This record gives sequence, C-alpha cells and structure tokens, in this order.
Amino acid sequence: MSDVKLITKKIRTDALIIGGGTAGCYAAIRLGEASVGKILLVEKAGIERSGCLAAGVNALNAYISKGHVPMDYVEYARADGEGIVREDLLLSMSERLNKVTEDLENRGLVILKDENGEYVTRGWRNVKINGENIKPLLAEGVYAQPDVTVLNHVNITDLVTQRVHGKTIVRGAVGFSVKEPVIYEIEAEAVLIATGGAAGLYRPNNPGFSRHKMWYSPFNTGAGFAMGFAAGAEMTTFENRFVALRCKDTIAPTGTIAQGVGAKQINAGGEIYEKEYGITTPQRIYGTVEENRKGKGPCYLKTEGISKEQEQDLFKAYLNMAPSQTLKWIESGKTPSRQSVEIEGTEPYVVGGHTASGFWVDTGRMTTIPGLFAAGDVAGGSPQKYVTGALAEGEIAAESMASYLDKKEKGDEPEVEFSQESAYAHHFEVKDNNITWRGVEEAMQKIMDEYAGGIHTDYRYNESRLVLAREKIKDLQGLVDDLAAEDMFDLLHIYEVRERLLVCRILIEHLLARKETRWHIFGENADYPQQSDEYKKYVNSRLENGEIRIIFRQLVKGESYEHPDK
Amino acid sequence: MSIRINKEKCVGCGRCIDACPGNLLELAEGKADIRIPEDCWGCTSCMKYCSQSALEYYLGADLGGRGAVMTIEKEKDIYNWKIHMPGGETKVISVNRKNANQY
Ligand SMILES: Cc1cc2nc3c(=O)[nH]c(=O)nc-3n(C[C@H](O)[C@H](O)[C@H](O)COP(=O)(O)OP(=O)(O)OC[C@H]3O[C@@H](n4cnc5c(N)ncnc54)[C@H](O)[C@@H]3O)c2cc1C
Ligand code: SF4
Ligand code: SF4
Repeated sequence: MSDVKLITKKIRTDALIIGGGTAGCYAAIRLGEASVGKILLVEKAGIERSGCLAAGVNALNAYISKGHVPMDYVEYARADGEGIVREDLLLSMSERLNKVTEDLENRGLVILKDENGEYVTRGWRNVKINGENIKPLLAEGVYAQPDVTVLNHVNITDLVTQRVHGKTIVRGAVGFSVKEPVIYEIEAEAVLIATGGAAGLYRPNNPGFSRHKMWYSPFNTGAGFAMGFAAGAEMTTFENRFVALRCKDTIAPTGTIAQGVGAKQINAGGEIYEKEYGITTPQRIYGTVEENRKGKGPCYLKTEGISKEQEQDLFKAYLNMAPSQTLKWIESGKTPSRQSVEIEGTEPYVVGGHTASGFWVDTGRMTTIPGLFAAGDVAGGSPQKYVTGALAEGEIAAESMASYLDKKEKGDEPEVEFSQESAYAHHFEVKDNNITWRGVEEAMQKIMDEYAGGIHTDYRYNESRLVLAREKIKDLQGLVDDLAAEDMFDLLHIYEVRERLLVCRILIEHLLARKETRWHIFGENADYPQQSDEYKKYVNSRLENGEIRIIFRQLVKGESYEHPDK
Repeated sequence: MSIRINKEKCVGCGRCIDACPGNLLELAEGKADIRIPEDCWGCTSCMKYCSQSALEYYLGADLGGRGAVMTIEKEKDIYNWKIHMPGGETKVISVNRKNANQY
C-alpha cells in the first residue's frame, strides 16, 4: 500500500505522436511544417537523448550512393530478409534516404566528405559521420516548431479506440508521468506510434549487474506493439527476430572493426571461418554459434597486429557510440592491437528497423486501425531501415497523417471515454506481497531464453518448447495485476513488464506458425530446419476475443498496398 | 557498467536528470543520484550535460571492471574523455565532435 494520490490531466490535440525518438521527432517536425493544427509529442524520457540514438551511432547505414538506385536497396533488403519483406514499404523508404541524409547535414550533422564534396561511403549504402549528437539535433528541430508541444517523462500505456460508423478508429491514448503522480488522458484525431522495438524479452548476455548492457535500448520495451495489438491492430513477421553480433561483454558493435580495419572472424585455432558461412548478419552469427558448438570457440575478430594509429581511431570511434568498449580496452590494457576482440551473439530482440517485425501498415504507414499510424522500429515489413529509414518513415507517416486529418470530418464522434485511472491506482492499493516486477521480468527472460530460442539453446526452438513457453508466459501475465507500486517509477516498471509479456505471447505464436527455418538464428526452428516454399508468405496476427489469431497473407509485390477492409 | 556520482563535485543543477533515456537519475538531498545502478545502459548521455564532470562511468566486475572510472571534460568542440586508472594514472583521449569517424 502506498499513499500516492493520482490526479488526472486532460489534453486535446489534433495529432498525437507517441515516442519522441528518431521517427517520432522527425514526424513532429514534418507535421509542424504542414500546419495540421496542434501536435503533441509524448516521450517517456527526454527527447534530447531518448531511444536508440542516446549514445550516438556509428554511421548512416542506409544511403544510396552514386551509381545505385532505390530499387537496389529494395533488392538488397529482400535478399537479406529471404523474401519476406514488403516491396512498397522498402521502395518508398529507399526513395527518401538521400533526402533525409542531406537534411540531417543541414541540421548540423557532421558527414565525412571527399575533396569533391561528395559523401565518403563505406560500401555503397553507408555514410561516415560523427553520429554522437544526432538526437540533440533532432530535438532542436522539434522545439523550433511552434505547433508542437512536447510532453517529456510521460509514459503511454494504452490507446483509446471507438466504434464509429461500424469501424473501430483511434481516438487518443492514456499514460502517466514517471516523475509525479499525474495521469494524462489525451484525446486526438490521429495518432502515430513511434515507440521503437522491444528489448529485454530474453535473458541478456550479461544477466547480473550489467543486465542493461545490451545492444538495443533496454528502455524500448515494445510498448507500441503491446498497445497496438491490444487495441486490435494487426502485426506482422514477429518471428523474424533480430540478433546482433557483438563484442563480448560490452555488446559494442563489431561492424566498425570488421569493416574499419578489415578484421576477419577467426576461431580459437586462428582459422578464418566467415568464408564457410557467409557474411550477411545472420550468417556471421550462425557461423560463430556453429564454431562454438563444434568446440572451436571462442571466436574473435582478428585485430591483433593492427597499427597504433588504427587502434587510436578505434578508441575514438567507440567513444562516439559505445564508450564501454574503449574503457574496457584501456582498463584491461588488452588493446585491440595486442589482443583480438572476442565476439558473441546477443539475445534476440523484436526490432522492425533491422528485421521485418512490427505493425502491418499500408504504404502510407497507416495500421489496420483507421487514424493510427506507425513508423520506425515499431513498423513491420520494411527491414534495414536504420536511422535514415526511420526518418524517412516518420516523414511518410507525417504526410499520410496530414492528409487523413485534412479529410477527416471532425466532431461527429461520441465523447471519448477513458477508463485507465483505476487500473493505475490499483497498483498503489494492492498490499505488498512477495512478487515484484523485477521477479516477473527475470522469470519471463528465463522462460524465453530456455523455451523460446534464446542464447541458452543457441537460438533454436521447437514446438514442444514453444508450447511450454506459451503456458508459462500466460501464467506470468496473471501475476501482473497484483504487483505493488510505491511510486511512479515502480508503476513504469510494472507496465513495462506487462508490455513485454504481451510481446512475448505474440512472438511465441509467430514462431509456432512459421513451420520452417526461413532465417538462421533469427528463426531457427529445430522441427523444420529447412526453408519451405509453402512459407513464402507473411505470418500476421491479431487479437480477437482475447485470443491471438494467426493470419497468413500472400507476399505483396508492387509499389502500393492498401488494407483490404479499408 | 554504470554511473557513479561524485557528490563532492555535483552542484545539484539537475541537468543530467532530463538526459537519461531510462529516467534513472533523480535529485536526492540536493545531489544527483542513480536509482537503480544495474539499470544503466551506459550511454553516457548524462555525462555530456554535466559541467562539473561529476558523473563517473565504470564497468561492473562482470564486464571486466577493475576500479577505473571514466569522466568527460568538455572544451568547445572537444570531448576530453579521461580514464582514471585505479593506480592513480589518468589517460586522456580527445575527440573532436566536428570530425567524422574514420571507420
Ligand atoms: C546501440 C544502437 C546503435 C545503432 N547504430 C546505428 C548506426 O550506426 N547506424 C544506423 O543507421 N542505425 C543504427 N542503429 C539503428 C537506429 O538507431 C534505429 O533503427 C532507429 O534510431 C530507430 O528509431 P525509432 O524512432 O524507431 O526508435 P527510437 O529512436 O528508439 O525511439 C523510440 C522512442 O519512443 C520512446 N518510448 C518508448 N516507449 C514509450 C512509451 N510507452 N511512451 C512514450 N514514449 C515511449 C523511447 O523513449 C524512444 O525515445 C542503432 C541502434 C542502436 C540501438
Ligand atoms: S549512462 Fe545513460 S543510462 Fe546510464 S545513467 Fe547516464 S544517461 Fe542514464
Ligand atoms: S549535471 Fe552534474 S552537477 Fe548537475 S546534478 Fe547532474 S551530476 Fe550534479
């Protein structure tokens, strides 16, 4: 029991953006420029440093260099995604990659250029930058928009929908301040979800003191997936999980070393094994896992012998994006020129910016709920988005929202009813018991690790295990109502675990539904270790009468897609 | 890895608090404090807002930490990252924010 007394504030806005990260900030800027009326951007932390971009990023991974066209990017992503992608989404994104890159430069991002003033690229899709301050630059752009109001440190938990003319449409959202006992009931004409992907579902590489030293932001909990799914929106391709290859312990990126100093992946015996397995992301991890399984590990990126100059550049590059790696090198004295860097795969994430999982959207990024849009890592069908793709999607969603708002006849809907207050208050009223949010989170991560293809089983799963995972996660969901909160920070954590549990449930059903191994590591189905032509289709899902229903959809080809029941 | 606050240096300005993507920092008795050290992502955002270099970054023993701490001192476009080794030695790496990564 706690004596927290909640007060409720009501806000009315035209456009609501949930999540002020990469895609959300950019959409806010574009909507502000479009003069659509009042725009409210709600962010659970502070927009200057929230989300994936907090520490900074290493490069812009999605760019179309000279001699290439947007369709090349589509083909690259299609091949990497083994065909389970949406051509319309990839193409509309790819067409904007260069424009948003130039816009970032105009906002102050440092981009490396050659003597002719051309961007220096790494490969044909990658631009070299100093990405430490992308997020503050985007935040500055948001604050410069007079029509945009920013609500920092407010966590949204649920969408509010309404039946209007026989259709369920979105009418707003509800959440609470993580700092003070205030509930926000927000009425909106259109809503964009840009809450990023989901980390913290599986037991992480460092389960102890450094449990949040993970690749993806531990503060992106899959809130958007959960609130959208609960409201009836359709999701796609969750079974295409993402696992990253990382430097051991610090979980720092490996691409910088592999591409920067040309380091090869070697096993303990010094053999270069990457040739055997291939060099796409899943192949690099698959190779590492297999070498370890054969007893040939640990595996390394061979940096031993690089020059002191290269080493200094690595120190600096990592300070701009993953500072723990530089600290580790210097503190241990085992710098990369002296000792090769050990590598490992991370725990799996659900991230629509790297793989294809997320909301099922039309070409304009509207979800299956009219008025509800999705962009960035929360939106599915379009992998390999990265920073510039998230910006492009934020822009596309903003344009679609503006035209939706323009066409919408406002004011003929019944008054919006909010009913979340008692659910929040309940957690302050329950008696302290011996179940904590942390306990439930750990139990969830353990179950996912052991039964749903985590690090524990080399990412492999089978039906028997998944069925157990389903049962055990369901059981944990039953505990959430009785979790006690002392303050708003506790309430935040209770809602985070509630969201993650639902995301786990969706993920498990998707893993069960795809009876093949379409992607190594990301979807390593031990019952069906091969690809099957029968599964050249999307696995989608919806919540219907409280149950998760799987829907198979045929591959979408061509430049545009509209929801059939629109 | 996590963040430790040097209470002697902290002047309680509160600027780091807004910057943390995980809402982990708060003011307690006029000084910054980290609520759950284990929940730090190690992004160093908070450090970039502290004019006093009061925020100290360290690796947990599980990541190989052996007592060193890292701080940032800002000088116009330069971040001076200082690594203070347990033996007393300090190593400095200066990064110009106007230079792109070479890799
Ligand atoms: C460590 C790391 C390094 C990366 N490096 C690169 C790189 O070098 N190059 C590259 O191109 N890409 C890189 N990426 C990928 C890229 O950064 C992401 O794909 C992209 O930023 C995602 O944008 P987003 O808007 O979807 O998510 P985010 O930018 O993470 O935004 C999501 C926002 O929603 C907020 N939020 C979450 N839940 C709620 C809620 N319930 N209520 C309110 N707000 C909420 C979060 O706090 C966050 O601000 C990297 C990603 C990571 C994690
Ligand atoms: S390093 Fe990042 S996650 Fe850790 S306290 Fe500072 S701002 Fe928060
Ligand atoms: S920014 Fe520095 S001085 Fe200000 S409260 Fe934080 S730690 Fe203290």
